[in-house]
Amino acid sequence: MPKSRFVPALTLAAGAIAVLLAIAAVPARAVVFSPKTFTLPNGLQVVVVTNRRAPIVIHMVWYKVGSADEPRGKSGIAHFLEHLMFKGTKAVPPGQFSKIVARNGGEDNAFTTSDYTAYFQKVARDRLELVMRLESDRMRNLVLTDEVVLPERDVVLEERRSRTDNNPASQLYEQAQTALFLHHPYRIPVIGWKHEIETLTTEDAMAFYRRYYAPNNAVLIVAGDISAAELRPLAEKYYGPVARGPEIARHRTAEPPRHAAARLEMESRRAGQPSWTRSYLAPSYRTAEGQEAYALEVLAEIVGGGATSRLYRRLVVEQGVASSAGVWYGPNDYDRSTFYISATPRGDASIVSLEQAVEAEFAGLLKDGVTDAEVERARNSLIASATYARDSLGAAPNVIGRALTTGGSIEDVESWPDRIRAVTPEQVTAAARALFLPARSVTSVLRPTPKPVPPKDGKS
Amino acid sequence: MRSRLRAAVAVAVALVFAAPALAMPVEKVTSPGGITAWLVRDTSVPVISVSFSFAAGAVMDPEGKEGRAVMVASTMDEGAGDLDSQGFQGKLEDISASLRFSAGRERFTGALRTLSARRDEAFGLLRLALTAPRFDEEPVGRIRAQIVSGLQRKAHDPDHIAGRAFVAAAFPDHPYGRPSDGTVESLARIAPDDLRDFVKKYLARDVLHIGVVGDITGDELAKRLDRVFGALPGKAEPFIVPEISPRGAGERIVIERNIPQSVVMFGQKGLRRDDPDWYAAYVMNRILGGGGFSSRLTEEVREKRGLAYSVYSYLNPYEHSALIMGGTATQNARVAESLRIIRAEWRRMAEEGVTGEELAQTKTYINGSFPLRLDSSSRIASMLTTIQVEELGIDYIERRPALIDKVTAADVRRVAQRLLRDSELLVVVVGKPEGLATGQ
Repeated sequence: MPKSRFVPALTLAAGAIAVLLAIAAVPARAVVFSPKTFTLPNGLQVVVVTNRRAPIVIHMVWYKVGSADEPRGKSGIAHFLEHLMFKGTKAVPPGQFSKIVARNGGEDNAFTTSDYTAYFQKVARDRLELVMRLESDRMRNLVLTDEVVLPERDVVLEERRSRTDNNPASQLYEQAQTALFLHHPYRIPVIGWKHEIETLTTEDAMAFYRRYYAPNNAVLIVAGDISAAELRPLAEKYYGPVARGPEIARHRTAEPPRHAAARLEMESRRAGQPSWTRSYLAPSYRTAEGQEAYALEVLAEIVGGGATSRLYRRLVVEQGVASSAGVWYGPNDYDRSTFYISATPRGDASIVSLEQAVEAEFAGLLKDGVTDAEVERARNSLIASATYARDSLGAAPNVIGRALTTGGSIEDVESWPDRIRAVTPEQVTAAARALFLPARSVTSVLRPTPKPVPPKDGKS
Repeated sequence: MRSRLRAAVAVAVALVFAAPALAMPVEKVTSPGGITAWLVRDTSVPVISVSFSFAAGAVMDPEGKEGRAVMVASTMDEGAGDLDSQGFQGKLEDISASLRFSAGRERFTGALRTLSARRDEAFGLLRLALTAPRFDEEPVGRIRAQIVSGLQRKAHDPDHIAGRAFVAAAFPDHPYGRPSDGTVESLARIAPDDLRDFVKKYLARDVLHIGVVGDITGDELAKRLDRVFGALPGKAEPFIVPEISPRGAGERIVIERNIPQSVVMFGQKGLRRDDPDWYAAYVMNRILGGGGFSSRLTEEVREKRGLAYSVYSYLNPYEHSALIMGGTATQNARVAESLRIIRAEWRRMAEEGVTGEELAQTKTYINGSFPLRLDSSSRIASMLTTIQVEELGIDYIERRPALIDKVTAADVRRVAQRLLRDSELLVVVVGKPEGLATGQ
């Protein structure tokens, strides 16, 4: 899950995550964003999406590095560095970056995931040049001292407390990831383990920065009131002089085959509500064979995409055993993705009966497959989401940035609707049968600690 | 590099934002039947977004039936006319449209988004949901179970616990102090007829505002307004919410929970949206704690001392009261220190006001960033509705920069002195804060 440097008032901790999930749920759209792209001599890929509805632009730089690229024992350094990128350069004093953007009427932020780290500003068209100057400056010229690094490490520890340590469901999710990925670094939380965050140093951050932050490991995306012809001279002026860095090849520890299902049970006084989640290792766009990832997107829509999906209809509406039920699948990972199924029991229904009901649905799905009508409706719904994505200025740069930093291409983004349209019922059924193997699953159960029975003669 | 950059920044600050916030004009559309909507026509994407808002909400929940308005909002799209719940949702999915209702304390709002090619069916479904909702037993029971499930989860969420305790202390014996989502007990008492009663009494044309953005002409919209909203009652039943000044000044409430980080919420009497000093307070709050990395609270609590990931303040106007509030979350050992710093900033603002530089930079941000919010048709539609609700005028988007620019340092200081009294803050802490207990 992405971690963001700052959550504005009121949206609180879940905000940044929700935003990114929402983007994930509106996958790349075909023939729709019509982006233009070119590459500078120093290796920086530049993408422009013209959208003239308002005189504003979103300017984003995506680095192809995330928490799964961290050195062993330095968990959290990718995200910590994201925070530290606002601590100044020779030209910009510490803490001034966001203030300069704000006093030019702009908004800025950044986020880190397992695979990428992205920085963005949303500004009026006539302030684009300013943010290009600022962003290109910090690509190679970051200056860090203990004086600014150490308080920020405390901030990150508070962020971890807010997101994870204060929330039993987050703690269980964190543990479940370590069970799902036996060896691959996706098992490590993006924000890092507390005991390792506490030991991260200025030099750790600088070493990570020097290695990964360079034009040849980044993508510049500008969306809004600008054309490629207008952007190119600005990109050349500000990003062109930035020196190329070392060549980076992504070497991730490979995941061994797994032979046993795993189950985690957590009881907490701080859980008000039992919940049940089962996750499976699934192909991503990059690791999938043929149409498999697209077939799984259609499957996810059929099984868990809204009020008429199979799980909701059967478990929540008809049987009344669950108060909610759904799935989540987003194939935008550099390595393996995850397919999640989750449900909460309704009323007095037990976790066991809920689990049996979910399993019965999936048994039926694997035996009988999906119907033509279900596939047709799911495809239409996904394809429509691409039209809706064009209605928001932020969707295009986010979808494209994710693709380009996880091994995908602009062609992949643009042909997404065509690939969804080409998915057949046979492919969906085959993908389901290949995915839902018990030995590949991790089940996690959260239960509230039963309340102690009050003494009978106690105060009333 | 240093001097070049500084120069560029200085020039930029001096510039005035000349570009209009909205490229397209706002048009007032009136139907033959007298229903009005504000429209921004935009054909760049084949999508239509409709936003609407009724002056109705959780304040109208009967005593003992708290959560009624929220239940109405969650069940209005669960079957209408001849369509049962699955039939209605299936039709929406067939045309890839989305329809949502939402109930707040004082507003009952809705949003429809459709591909323009499917607008006929989409507007038809909206009409059905508004004028012939079924409230069948099955969906009502199901949605009730979902809200109860959410309540049970939130009962352990420190942010939720703090929020509940704050409004209960600030607004005792008043609708504002009651839980909008209800309680397990109150939800159990709400029957389908209670939901029908809310719709019949309060969702009426005289308390309705509508904003529309997208691929539709004014003439077409005028006709559709009567079809969709025409069958609603003309007049809502009157409902009176008593005026209330927030209570609990100077109190501290500590709610013990075994968590590593305490959640802190604080606030006191604020000012209403129609107060003559609203814009001065808006600017002041941005500098105090509403401006992320540009605000004093973030600078002092987060940047200098690393005490918190998030610290903020905000204006929270009600129709019959007002608060200025804030919050943070910090490890239990440092709650007292964080509160001391926050109080000191509260005091400094009241005593010293803001510098000319802070004021100028903040105005540039407020005016420059406003158009950034107008980046999708649904957000613009919702803004059009809000401007009508607040009675700000159809030219508000053009006028707003001048309203902000007019604010002087003396205005900010006056409103800060009027609002900010650090010793009178009502403070709620959820966690195990060291050295802090409930008291004055």
